[in-house]
Amino acid sequence: MKHIKSLKTRSMKKSMVKGGCGECQTSCQSACKTSCTVGNQSCENENR
Amino acid sequence: MRSLLVFGTNNRRWQAVCRPGFMKAGKNLVHQYRNNGYNIVLDVNSGSVHVVDDIVYDIIAMYEDHSREQIVGELSGKYQVSEINEAIDEVAELVSDGSLFAEDVYEDFIMDFKKRKTVVKALCLHIAHDCNLACKYCFAEEGEYHGRRALMSYEVGKQALDFLIANSGSRRNLEVDFFGGEPLMNWDVVERLVEYGREQEKIHDKNFRFTLTTNGVLLNDEIMQFCNREMANVVLSVDGRKQVHDMMRPFRNGRGSYDLIMPKFRKFAESRKQTRYYVRGTFTHYNTDFSNDVISLADEGFEQISIEPVVAPADAPYAIREEDLPVLMEEYDKLSKEIVKRNREGRHFNFFHFMIDLEGGPCVAKRLSGCGSGTEYLAVTPWGDLYPCHQFVGQEKFIMGNVWDGVTRSDIRDEFKLCNVYAKPKCRECFARYYCSGGCAANSWNFHHSITDAYDIGCELMRKRVECAIMIKAAQAEDEDPSVLREDVQP
Repeated sequence: MKHIKSLKTRSMKKSMVKGGCGECQTSCQSACKTSCTVGNQSCENENR
Repeated sequence: MRSLLVFGTNNRRWQAVCRPGFMKAGKNLVHQYRNNGYNIVLDVNSGSVHVVDDIVYDIIAMYEDHSREQIVGELSGKYQVSEINEAIDEVAELVSDGSLFAEDVYEDFIMDFKKRKTVVKALCLHIAHDCNLACKYCFAEEGEYHGRRALMSYEVGKQALDFLIANSGSRRNLEVDFFGGEPLMNWDVVERLVEYGREQEKIHDKNFRFTLTTNGVLLNDEIMQFCNREMANVVLSVDGRKQVHDMMRPFRNGRGSYDLIMPKFRKFAESRKQTRYYVRGTFTHYNTDFSNDVISLADEGFEQISIEPVVAPADAPYAIREEDLPVLMEEYDKLSKEIVKRNREGRHFNFFHFMIDLEGGPCVAKRLSGCGSGTEYLAVTPWGDLYPCHQFVGQEKFIMGNVWDGVTRSDIRDEFKLCNVYAKPKCRECFARYYCSGGCAANSWNFHHSITDAYDIGCELMRKRVECAIMIKAAQAEDEDPSVLREDVQP
């Protein structure tokens, strides 16, 4: 496309199918302890 | 959705595209903003991110409720008509493929989500309700958490690990954070619990991820070596510049702690090869120019940095005020621009709140469930009481049970279980809802006495951070592929 560059992103809609394994880190266990940071995380499911 | 067949000049195929002006009206389906010279379009419900030129930026603002003829009419004084039509076709393609103005399909999913069986997979062990510093903003009241000083016994800690294993269902990855107060004041128990955890994980096919938060005062080589073997992550508390740190994090005698801890933290970070740790600070009303604290830590050689806003009662002198927000927004912008610059110079450092994984981020289930407090994540006091998280410890109405009897207050657990972005009215209108996931329940409680409200200042900061994080990704994409749109900016 000439006017638009789309960044590669994970489809949220598709993640409804294989998601929900729960193996990812609980957000507050990382750095923060005071701000919920789900958006900072990565998925740890290798079969997503 | 009404479609129109157009002939794509790039791919030489007929394709169905969605006509402008026939969109289902919805709020915040798309969030578009300009930052550091980039025009960024975030499609909220698909998670798609597009970097666009000025023509498309203007078109998208009108696309939902203007026809093609109206859009051309409005913009023909600014751009060539042929360019406008070409750009409209590209926008329509995105709409067709579900990456722009995507519908919210998750609200139906939430019904199944609410019925989910929750397990416990993470504990925050309060190894010590005591501390050897007197930090002025401590939500734990210098480690005491509104109560008496105490150290967790090995027996209580062991029972906590047994409780976690027994209630973890089929989850293999279990997290245990050694917290406080200051956990190094009870280091012997930490070591013994890690040893116990390692034995138990073999028996029960679990994988413990141990983490530690420390103020660094008691850190020594032996502790560092143990952590490097056993701790998946360590969080090292330092606020940034010496004068900032020493003002807010003194010893009880009033002396600053910066000079003591910094050499240890530098050594620790290097011994972990600049990974699997964070130096983690707090900014307050006293240092709204906090980007300087981040840069100070980066210039000290740290590559994993987090500086986060203080959470405080509204009347605390160090609390962040609404009038601080314009300065704080500028600081996030300044910081993200500096990170882009340093990335290009090969002097990268990671700022936690700008981390975002667009390709491999959390699934929708995770984005809906949030931080897991009160359900999959619980805090344990030195006496074995269970709380929804470390922030609620000391507020006795939130005691959920104990490590022997388990969760006895399923009503509290259910309240937290049902807490998600669709249960929070403010989240329904917010473009950042799938990154923030509803925010911190404790913040909401402290400011509104409800866990389904939102701490408004926190929300403003969160939205800004998401915008900055995505801008950094746009800049990285441009550096990787120079054919992107911005001819005016050289990498």
